[in-house]
Amino acid sequence: MKPFTIHRGRVAPLDRVNVDTDQIIPKQFLKRIEKTGFGQFVFYDWRFGTDGKKNPDFVLHEPRYEGASILVAGKNFGCGSSREHAVWALADFGFRAVISSSFADIFANNSTKNGFLTVQLNENEIAELMRRANDIDDYQLTLDLEQCEVRDDSGFRAKFPIDDFVRHCLLNGLDDTGLTLQHEAEIAAYEERHPVPAALANSRISR
Amino acid sequence: MTVNKTLFEKLWDAHLVAQPAGRSPILYIDLHLVHEVTSPQAFDGLRAAGRKVRQPSRTVATVDHNVPTEPRGTPITDLIAAKQISALQSNCKEFGVRLFDMDAPEQGIVHVIGPELGLTQPGMTIVCGDSHTSTHGAFGALAFGIGTSEVEHVLATQCLGQQKPKTMKINVHGRLSDGVTAKDLALGIIGHIGTDGATGHVIEYAGPAVRELTMEGRMTLCNMSIEAGARAGMVAPDETTIAYVKGKRFAPVGDEWEKSVERWRSLPTDDGSSFDKVVEIDAAQLCPFVTWGTNPGMVAPVTGRVPEVNDMEESNRRAAELALQYMGLEPGRRIEDIKIDRVFIGSCTNSRLEDLRAAARVAKGHHVSSKVRAMVVPGSQTVKRAAEQEGLHRVFLDAGFEWRESGCSMCLGMNPDILQPGERCASTSNRNFEGRQGRGGRTHLVSPMMAAAAAIAGHFTDIRNWKYQ
Repeated sequence: MKPFTIHRGRVAPLDRVNVDTDQIIPKQFLKRIEKTGFGQFVFYDWRFGTDGKKNPDFVLHEPRYEGASILVAGKNFGCGSSREHAVWALADFGFRAVISSSFADIFANNSTKNGFLTVQLNENEIAELMRRANDIDDYQLTLDLEQCEVRDDSGFRAKFPIDDFVRHCLLNGLDDTGLTLQHEAEIAAYEERHPVPAALANSRISR
Repeated sequence: MTVNKTLFEKLWDAHLVAQPAGRSPILYIDLHLVHEVTSPQAFDGLRAAGRKVRQPSRTVATVDHNVPTEPRGTPITDLIAAKQISALQSNCKEFGVRLFDMDAPEQGIVHVIGPELGLTQPGMTIVCGDSHTSTHGAFGALAFGIGTSEVEHVLATQCLGQQKPKTMKINVHGRLSDGVTAKDLALGIIGHIGTDGATGHVIEYAGPAVRELTMEGRMTLCNMSIEAGARAGMVAPDETTIAYVKGKRFAPVGDEWEKSVERWRSLPTDDGSSFDKVVEIDAAQLCPFVTWGTNPGMVAPVTGRVPEVNDMEESNRRAAELALQYMGLEPGRRIEDIKIDRVFIGSCTNSRLEDLRAAARVAKGHHVSSKVRAMVVPGSQTVKRAAEQEGLHRVFLDAGFEWRESGCSMCLGMNPDILQPGERCASTSNRNFEGRQGRGGRTHLVSPMMAAAAAIAGHFTDIRNWKYQ
């Protein structure tokens, strides 16, 4: 996993609440069996008309937000389906982080497994960032995971909360499957005390 | 001194494998359900790392999201979907995982077949790469949805690192009136607490109205927990639960059954336990609900009207305006005046035998409106066979409903069952998000009875006044 330490980039505002993962990556694009190539489909129904033509009014198509790598959005971002394709799509499109006042649990979990940062700020701070991203040309933010801080060049500075272990994994790009396997002895001991139920163990052989 | 524990805390503590300093606790996973959409990249990850599936016998796969609901044996015309299904087949073969394939008599929606095969049992930890895994909490299991990276993690380790969620009790006192179902209870709760009302929490549903629900009703209720943002939803096991599990194919037998039942009886929340949050709901105040917007919290009583945006809190107005624009509705419209084009009875929320019986009772002797196309998609082949045994398919077919093969179908439209742009659908599924059932499609969430009645009337109608034939 790619480590996340500090990132500076252009900010795009998505002024909607409850952005669900069906919007981030519609279902017709979930059939691929790879993790790559989802970026072209991100926010597909908002970005493209039914004729497949670009919707020029959608915020990510405004030239001034081209190349944005930080998305600021309303509360409850990433709600709904557990599809990790949502994170793959945002990352593949070029985003490294989303800033919102709240995130759905599964989306937040999926993000951390992909070196993708979810930054939680309060609603006033979100409103301020939305305003600055609207008003200031080429508005840029620095996301500093070492300091757990978001800042810009014109005086905005805010701390964000993050679980210590999640932060540690992100900073070091750690694969947590490997970390769990370091506990092989404890897992084996648990399995010794809790064997596979007979009904499950036996029927596998019969099928 | 004994510490009073909630159902959730008992399950959490019983599954702790390790609590390493400075990292998330590691939980053991008793049952891992797998389907074709969220697993291929996980199996690829195992291969790339040279890892195996640690406990193939605790892993069960089926195909549900992509499968067409036309008669089985019809070739899958969507080649990318076919490829995803064949990837699951070869992955299961390679890693020794049991698969209930397209043509298997057990095939069905993963959250329908787990319970009906007795795989789902009280006291278990259950995960699946699907947010509606919360369904299995109806049995007093701790069951939650995970992403593909976590699917890979569980395949490799049979464990999952998790930050401990908070607890929320939703106490439903009083009784549900006739015509008011578990679906209406779920919609009523989400309408009340909001789609992020339970974020970071595991809900325990309690109170007399929950106790009175059948297992099917409890599954519907727990299924929708994720729509309130919850990590999981649970109902403590009781005699209803035990009677349901008994005799199921994968249920314990003999001595093992006796021991299991004794353990399950010890699971309910101890008196005097505390929750981080408590919500009180009066069942008697609930009615049949219909969603009017683009998230499951945007609900109105069937006897009500599309709400006035100006009456809402300011922070909700913009979302409501966008929702009404998408839905093609204006404030003040009577819900019963909303005409529909399509009806979908199915999904992991409402496709079990009891749901189909309820819908069939409404449909019997009536006919689907000439303006409406209505389909019934049983949750599994087992449900389909049982329904046919009772003649429910006859009732539906005679009334002009389509009777189809099992799968997720139009709940999310990954298979060919989708809405056309602008089409309006009464759906027993769980999400009314923009485009969920097909781009430009307009979804209204309702109970199976309300969906059947809407199919016949051509518009929403209060099931409490229905003329049963």
